[in-house]
Amino acid sequence: MSTELVTMNIGPIHPSTHGVFRMRVTFDGETIIDAEPIIGYLHRGSEKLAEERTYTQIVTLTDRMDYTASMTNNQAYILSVEKLAGIKPAERGVWLRMIAAELQRIAAHSVAIGFLINDLGAWHTPLLYLLREREKILELFEMMCGARITNSYLRPGGVFMDAPDEFWPSLNRFLDEMPERLNDIENLLTDNEIIVSRTQNVAVLNKEDAINASITGPMLRASGVDWDLRHRNPYDFYDKVSFRRPLGTVGDNNDRYLVRLQEIRESLKIIEQCLDLIEPGPIKPEEVPFLVRPGEGDSYVPIEAPKGELGFYLVSDGGISPFRCHVRAPSLMNLTLLRDMVIGYKIADLFVTFGSVDVNMGEVDR
Amino acid sequence: MFGIGLLKGLFTTLKNLFGPVFTVQYPNKKVGLLGALKFHKKTPANFIKTQPKDFVKSLAGLHEVPEYPDQATRFRGQDFNWFEDRCTGCASCAKYCPLGIIKIETKPSVRDAKEGSSYDIDVFDIDIGRCMFCGLCVEACPFDALHMGSGFERANEKRDGLVIPVDELRTAIKTPSTWFRPQMENKNYKPKEIDAEIKDYRDIGRHEKPSDDELTERWVDER
Amino acid sequence: MGPARDSFLFEIVYCHLSKDPSCDSVRYINLSFIPVELNWLSFSLTAFFWIFAFVNAALISVLMLIWGERRLIGKFQARLGPNRWGPLGLFTPIADAIKVMFKEDVEPTLSDKLIYVLAPILMVVPVFMIFPVIPYGAKSFLTNISVGVVFVLAITSINSLSVLMAGWASGNRFAIIGGIRAVAMLLSYEIPMGISAAGVVIIAGSLSLSEVVEAQIIPNAIFQPLGFLVFLVASTAELNRSPFDITEAESELVAGYMTDYSSMKFGLFYLGEFMATIASSAVIVTFYLSGWRGPSFLPIPGEFWFFAKWIGVIAIFIWFRATFPRLRIDQIMSLAWKGLFELSLINILVIALTMAIWPDPTSTQLLFMTGINWVVFLGSVYIFGKILSPNLTGNKIDKRKVIYGLD
Repeated sequence: MSTELVTMNIGPIHPSTHGVFRMRVTFDGETIIDAEPIIGYLHRGSEKLAEERTYTQIVTLTDRMDYTASMTNNQAYILSVEKLAGIKPAERGVWLRMIAAELQRIAAHSVAIGFLINDLGAWHTPLLYLLREREKILELFEMMCGARITNSYLRPGGVFMDAPDEFWPSLNRFLDEMPERLNDIENLLTDNEIIVSRTQNVAVLNKEDAINASITGPMLRASGVDWDLRHRNPYDFYDKVSFRRPLGTVGDNNDRYLVRLQEIRESLKIIEQCLDLIEPGPIKPEEVPFLVRPGEGDSYVPIEAPKGELGFYLVSDGGISPFRCHVRAPSLMNLTLLRDMVIGYKIADLFVTFGSVDVNMGEVDR
Repeated sequence: MFGIGLLKGLFTTLKNLFGPVFTVQYPNKKVGLLGALKFHKKTPANFIKTQPKDFVKSLAGLHEVPEYPDQATRFRGQDFNWFEDRCTGCASCAKYCPLGIIKIETKPSVRDAKEGSSYDIDVFDIDIGRCMFCGLCVEACPFDALHMGSGFERANEKRDGLVIPVDELRTAIKTPSTWFRPQMENKNYKPKEIDAEIKDYRDIGRHEKPSDDELTERWVDER
Repeated sequence: MGPARDSFLFEIVYCHLSKDPSCDSVRYINLSFIPVELNWLSFSLTAFFWIFAFVNAALISVLMLIWGERRLIGKFQARLGPNRWGPLGLFTPIADAIKVMFKEDVEPTLSDKLIYVLAPILMVVPVFMIFPVIPYGAKSFLTNISVGVVFVLAITSINSLSVLMAGWASGNRFAIIGGIRAVAMLLSYEIPMGISAAGVVIIAGSLSLSEVVEAQIIPNAIFQPLGFLVFLVASTAELNRSPFDITEAESELVAGYMTDYSSMKFGLFYLGEFMATIASSAVIVTFYLSGWRGPSFLPIPGEFWFFAKWIGVIAIFIWFRATFPRLRIDQIMSLAWKGLFELSLINILVIALTMAIWPDPTSTQLLFMTGINWVVFLGSVYIFGKILSPNLTGNKIDKRKVIYGLD
């Protein structure tokens, strides 16, 4: 029996579109026939604004792109500036920003998993357990740099200020507590039959499609591709620490959840190694001025942000602000295959898939 | 088997039901008698005598006591702290502000130039309605005259009220945040403590880079 | 028209009013004032009194449940829950109710006006009708209708009509999807619910709720665990509560069938849902947890046991909501038709067989029957979990673990 198709606008204002994302979806009963993502509701022109700011001022713009992962945004931008201006960063500064970036990865993955489970219909319980852990990370950030979300912690050459004395015991306490909390989360979620049956073999993304669509990050690793820029193309001191890269076997929503959860554990290990390796010293080379003025040229340094490969392509004409700044945003790239992933599944799967892609509209629209 | 995972989940939530509560009830929380006694540090008899109304309220669990979240000393707060004696009116802060929200007007000083005030500052307005508290102005200040504040309660009904005028900057109680001021951190200055006000700009001191020996010593100690 | 002699609640008001000779003249001496000729008057007055009392009790208990649910879920989630209004936030639902009343009542242009207004009323009114037939104590019930079990099951299924009406009349696509989901789900779950209730009726040998309670020497939850499980799951679905809350499905359909409702119309839906939870919990207590019966050696009135069990069942519903994510529509349907339906059939078969063998069981035989039921329960749940459940999910499931990249 054929019935009339229903076309619905889901978003831009909708409880589970994680910001202002809009999908024009055609349903046949409960089954998705077509889904057209429409973006651009949060466009703030960050890339254009960057052309009128000095290199240090742009750090504040990068905070606001992926606002769940400001530290890694800062890191990607700063690495690019350092390459452009030929600045050799101070060692302690690099360790500090690695610690910050890994903490940020834990926070971002907590948000991703929490909201994914919320999209599955849980009454906020796993989300609040994970936000509770994220809160501790934000408090650590507040100690480090005085802000919880829009950190602006990194500067060309390192970080602007050493972590305070009370930061280190707090960090150690967090590292001690977190694995236990993760076990709690795993008990609550991983074997839960409802979650398993809702997510396994739904919205499968195979290796070839993922690579062809230049999808990166946990989403690519969930499809079984061993591609982690921290391992393949080490930046900062990631070649001095060892960590495992969790990979999925099928590439469905469940794998994306599992990979993120295990990456949190790996990040904890990286932070512990950083704590062993970090040495006292300057956090920023003396000679780096407040007003960075690189010579002519361009640079692009990709990093492994929580959502995937993030890089700032900077072109300099020798002035105090970049001639052109382009952001390779993982959220946008990962969103491109949403349509192909959800067709043929049910309405409920659409939101779960969208949640498992883990996009941040601030980064998609920039 | 189907159902084991569900049971595991049920027990995890049950465990958390009896676990600690994570909420901080800013700005105040309602307490019963025990909580009130603990907060006021009084014996029951003393509490009845001094605060009979509060005693009755606390019996119903309605007595309100203030509660604040823990705040890091580097917290970039809303009310900027500014020491006019130190400020030369160079407008570095205004230049480095990404949003251009600091407005400075100066005129040549009529006072003796030897005092160090070659310029008088007429206007030093900070429009915190548009401020994003990145703190670059504080970082740019070459004389440690401008500091981030430590407060966060400046809600206002009008946008005009969000502009901090120079008079307010001059007269406000100064409890600056230690953001980008390591010299204050080294003195163990805590902005949220009682009597934390800094009356004289000299108390802040200038930032001197610690020697490598000093750094190593500190790092080894705390490890 | 004499008073229903076994209804203590009815008698206590009626006999204070009427000079009816059938009343115990010793207990109600000199208090009654309405002559026997005006019996209809005292009868109506009694009815009005109890209608007033029950409606208000139901409304107040909804307020308490709103507070209790939010507070308890808050505790489950390691936070406080409502705490600003009154001690422990007790007045929060009152503030909520006042807020809802004063909100603007928006009526969508495309809505079907009459049905749009009727739907919330139809959601609330039937639920009130469950409370009078529930036996709260040995004699504390308002009326003991002889087909109580059927009555209760019939009344609880009316609200699916209301949900469909609301969804259709709103003229909103989110709402109509919610409404259609509701009808599909609620109709499917009626069947396992009814069949497992038949197991209760077989034990009692009567459709009267009082006799259902009387017959439970061993609580039915222990005597026929399979029926209890099916009934509990089916009631959760009937109540649109998590994990079966696909009709509202905040993360999918915004608010499902009540997306376009505002002000007090929304308030009525809210009220109806919570009241249905309370009523359904009372039904579960009556059917499966031996109602007002408690340990007989304790000198505690049956009403206490009833209310204690009642609160316990409501707490279990809240616990479910705090823990479980939502199932998908096709999984919900296959759970009803491929899972619970068969389980309820197995249950009724075993109950009927054992009752045929021992029509009038002694206490040893009762224990033996309980043993048989438990064996059947564990066996069928195991078979269901092991063999059938992978086929219920709609997509293949397997045991999953991440692998790690090689260096």
